[in-house]
Amino acid sequence: MTTATVTKYEGNLDAIQPKNPIIEVDGISKIYNGDVHALDNIKLNFETGHLTSLLGPSGCGKTTLLKIIAGLLKPTAGEIRVKGKAVSGPGRERAFVFQDFALMPWASVIDNVAFGLKMHGMNKAERNEKARHYINEVGLTGFEDKYPHELSGGMRQRVGLGRALAVDADVLLMDEPFSAVDEQTRRKFQEDLIRLREIEKKTFIFVTHSIEEAVYVSDRIIMLSPRPGRISQIIDPDIPKDVSPDDLRRNEAYLNTVEEIWHVIKKYVE
Amino acid sequence: MRIFGYRIPMMASLLVWLVIWEFIGQFELVLLFPPFTEVLSALGDVTTSHSFAGAMQVTATSYVGGLLLAIAVGIPMGFLMGLVPAADKMLNMWVNTFLSAPLSALVPVFMILFGLGTPTVIVTVFMFAVWIIVLDTRAGVLGITPSLLEMSYSFKASKAERLKIILLASLPEILAGLRLGMIRGVKGVVIGQLLVSIIGVGALFQLYQQNFQMAHFWALIVILFTIALTLAGIVGRIEKRIEYYAGARN
Repeated sequence: MTTATVTKYEGNLDAIQPKNPIIEVDGISKIYNGDVHALDNIKLNFETGHLTSLLGPSGCGKTTLLKIIAGLLKPTAGEIRVKGKAVSGPGRERAFVFQDFALMPWASVIDNVAFGLKMHGMNKAERNEKARHYINEVGLTGFEDKYPHELSGGMRQRVGLGRALAVDADVLLMDEPFSAVDEQTRRKFQEDLIRLREIEKKTFIFVTHSIEEAVYVSDRIIMLSPRPGRISQIIDPDIPKDVSPDDLRRNEAYLNTVEEIWHVIKKYVE
Repeated sequence: MRIFGYRIPMMASLLVWLVIWEFIGQFELVLLFPPFTEVLSALGDVTTSHSFAGAMQVTATSYVGGLLLAIAVGIPMGFLMGLVPAADKMLNMWVNTFLSAPLSALVPVFMILFGLGTPTVIVTVFMFAVWIIVLDTRAGVLGITPSLLEMSYSFKASKAERLKIILLASLPEILAGLRLGMIRGVKGVVIGQLLVSIIGVGALFQLYQQNFQMAHFWALIVILFTIALTLAGIVGRIEKRIEYYAGARN
C-alpha cells in the first residue's frame, strides 16, 4: 500500500519545482488596509495540466491568492507570470469559477455560458454552438433556455463551470466552487471534475477548505497557514488512479492523507 | 375574508363605506357630503365638460413632463451615488432630507421662481418623484453582488457591457423606485395645481368649490384616485415580470 508523500516546505522548493510551470507566483504579498497581512511573500509554481489545490483554514488568504492570480486583485508586492509573461489583470488564458456562481439572473443558461465568448467578440451562431457543446459537457442538456432561478444550486454551478470551460482558457481558477452546494451534489461534482480534467486537459487551480475534497481531486495540495498567509506544506497525494470513486473514499492511502493534513491544520483551528 | 363560509372579495369593504356615505348624504348629516349616487351622476357631467378635457390635458402634460425629468435626473444620480462613494457622501443627506421633507411648503417658492403656470407644476412633480427614484436606484446599484462585477471583469467585458450588467442587475430596485416615483408624482401634480389653482385640475377644484358643486368636487376626486391607483397597478404588473430575478439573486 502506497502512502502519501508529504513534503515539508522549508523555503527550498527546488526538489518539488514543477518542470513545466504555466503559472508562476513570484513573491506575492497582499496587505489590506495597511496592516492586515493576507499574504506574505508567496513563491509558488503551478504545473501545466495538473490540478493543484490551495487548502487552508479561513483567513489564510487562499481566495486572495486565487484572485490575484486571476488578476481580479492587485498584489501589494510581487509578480504573477502566465506562460512566462508577467500579467497585471485578467486574461483569456485564465477563467474563473465563482463560489457564488456569479450568473446573470436575467440571462438564460445558454446566454450565461456564452458570456465569455460574447466578450471575445464571437458571433451569436458560433458562440451558441460552442455554448451548447459545453452545456452538454457539464451535464445540463435540455436546460439551455432555463433561467438561473429555475435551477438548483448544483446546476447553477454547472453553468458557472460551463461558462469558464467555454472560453477555452488554459487555466481554470475555481474558488470553493462546491461549497454552496449540498453534500450529495458535491460528491457527484467532484467525480465530474475528475472526468472533465481527463477530457479537457487543462490546468486547474482549486481553492477549498475541505480536506477530503482536496485529497480526492488534487495532484498537489498547497497548504497555507493564516496570519500572515504563508505556505506551510506542500503535499502530493499518492492516490491510486484505477479504483472507482466509491472505493477510493475507503482507500487507505486516501484516508491516511486526509488524516495527515488534518494534523497539520488542526493547530490553526481553535 | 370569509363571512358565513362565503368568500368576500376585498373590494366589498368599499361597498360598506359607500353605503355609509350614501346614508350620510341622503340625510344631509354633513354639509360637505352629497349622496354618493349624486357623485356618480356628476361623474358623467364632469368628464364630458369642456374644462375637464382641458384640465386633464394640462395635468397629463405636467405630470409626464415632471416624471420624465425625474427619471432622467434620478436614475443617473442614483448610479452616481451607488458607484462613486464621494458623491454618495455629498448627496445622500440631501436626498434623504428632500425625501421626507414636506415639499408642498416649497411650492410657493417654485411659484415665485417659475410663475403661475405649468412649469411650476412640472417642478413640483419632479421634486415629489425624483428622490425616491434616486434612492432606489442607489440601493439597486449598491445591492449588486460583487462577484457579478468580478465576473464581467474576469471575462474582460468592455465598459459598456459592464454598465449594462450594472443596469440590469439593479433593474428590480430601479423599477420599484419608478413605481413609487409615479405615485408620488400624482401627489405632486395635484398639490402643485391646487396651490397654483389657476390651471388644470386645480382650477377645476377651485371652480367646483367656489360654486359649491360638492358632487362634482367629489366626482373629480374619485376620478383622480382611480387614475392614480390604475397607474400604480400597471407599473406594479411590469415590476412583477422583472421581479422574478430579483428574488432569484445569488
